[in-house]
Amino acid sequence: MNKMQRALRELTEMDDLAAQDSVMHRLHPTAKLLSTILYIAAVLSFGKYQLSGLAVFLLWPVLLFQLSGIPVHICFYKLRFVLPLVMAVGLFNPFFDTAPLLYLGPVPVSGGVVSMLTLMLKGLLCLMASFLLMATTGIDRLCASLRRLHVPGLLVTLLLLTYRYVGVMTEELAVMTEAYQLRAPGQKGIARAAWGSFLGQLLLRSMDRAQELYSSMLLRGYHEHFHYAPVPAFSGKDALYLLLCAAVFLLLRLVPLAQWLGGLVVR
Amino acid sequence: MIEFQHVSFAYEKERPVLRDLSFKIEKGESVGLIGANGAGKSTLMKLLLGLLQGEGRIFVDGTPVEKSSLAEVRRKLGFVLQNSDNQMFMPTVYEDMIFGPLNYGLSREEAERRVDAVLERLGLQELKHRHNHRISGGEKRMAAIATVLAMDPEVILMDEPSSALDPCNRRVVINTIRTLPQTKLIASHDLDMILDTCDRVLLMSGGVLVADGPAQTLLRDRALLEAHRMELPFRLSGC
Ligand SMILES: Nc1ncnc2c1ncn2[C@@H]1O[C@H](COP(=O)(O)OP(=O)(O)O)[C@@H](O)[C@H]1O
Ligand SMILES: [Mg+2]
Repeated sequence: MNKMQRALRELTEMDDLAAQDSVMHRLHPTAKLLSTILYIAAVLSFGKYQLSGLAVFLLWPVLLFQLSGIPVHICFYKLRFVLPLVMAVGLFNPFFDTAPLLYLGPVPVSGGVVSMLTLMLKGLLCLMASFLLMATTGIDRLCASLRRLHVPGLLVTLLLLTYRYVGVMTEELAVMTEAYQLRAPGQKGIARAAWGSFLGQLLLRSMDRAQELYSSMLLRGYHEHFHYAPVPAFSGKDALYLLLCAAVFLLLRLVPLAQWLGGLVVR
Repeated sequence: MIEFQHVSFAYEKERPVLRDLSFKIEKGESVGLIGANGAGKSTLMKLLLGLLQGEGRIFVDGTPVEKSSLAEVRRKLGFVLQNSDNQMFMPTVYEDMIFGPLNYGLSREEAERRVDAVLERLGLQELKHRHNHRISGGEKRMAAIATVLAMDPEVILMDEPSSALDPCNRRVVINTIRTLPQTKLIASHDLDMILDTCDRVLLMSGGVLVADGPAQTLLRDRALLEAHRMELPFRLSGC
């Protein structure tokens, strides 16, 4: 099995995760979707130096991992390519913002370092929340729920196709790398000179296949109402969950809990 | 059941792929659409399904294939794609099979009953909850046929149903096709399979319909087949 085939298997494993059963899985997709959006909004609304307030938000994904029975390491494994990219965003802050902001004992910590850590944490939290949503809901039910919220059908179809398209593209990539390596034995990876045509081919081939795939969906009556994805009725339990999430996020956002706790310890 | 009236089509303006095609297929017929690679077989099927639009008129059960009637027309047609990987897009065989019926408004119980009935008829119960990415090529082709049958179409279209299958799986697919009572249009250059599954043959070459007749006669016509880059079916070649 080559690298790409393994990547493909991982993608299908996402569907497996979504097919499991837990308190989190049983919640209404819309409740999960909205609470995730609220969570991300709350996380992103923190100022660039508010690291301690933000850190408290780490509790939510930790709790959700517990409730859903999804091991945390799977999340990090799946996000291993995206996570570094997102975290790299704030990497240069320490060079620009050098004024000391606080002191850890005698060590001065510059504003740049704090804002870098804040950005990294924001990225991490948002990714974890999105992963949890996907892993406990599944793409089809998520799309169905988006439609219920009156998100335009075209957008939802686009989301669905992008998700499937990643799979198709990975498959094509697997076939092409294999074909390439058979004709270039002993060579690691793909020669720089061949990248251009390789990428072009990949795009064309996966576009063709994505087109066929979409045709196949249309021919089997696909329309943007997602009848095939069962969405249960929105129950009191779901409403409660959503309200609870909203209240807790608001509270944690407005009340500097970490500072209070810190204050208690120091005093 | 299916009628083409002077149908022409070109992907690029200067290079016509189908030229003035006319023919009629009656209800219950099994028709083989044969021709070398690039003859235009797949293109013809896509026109019939309304995935491509050309000149001329196409009718399915008296309804013209047009934008406004696409849903109605497609409901009657079940299309088995050449590449089963592109046909199956849901995580498991079961989810893929139930996709069509649910879209057409069946309740989950009805749809599930239908899925089970099809799986049982094809002897595929064991595949039901398997992952699409983890079944073999032969199993996938059978599963693709099952997804189409689950929609209960009146006409079954198949594009190269025996391609990329080993002899044993090929035989399974052929035997399955033979038991299907629906009207069938099967595109292939596997003439042995066509001989086994079809009564009538349409021969295409260079985008033109060059012959139309009983399979038993046409498939024995060595000169005709060779003139259009094909060979006699192995079984009739006298080896
Ligand atoms: N998407 C496309 N764009 C341009 N030309 C195409 C496309 N698909 C097929 N063709 C051309 O149309 C002709 C008929 O193709 P096709 O219908 O796939 O033949 P067959 O299925 O009989 O092998 C071929 O010459 C092929 O190169
Ligand atoms: Mg073809």
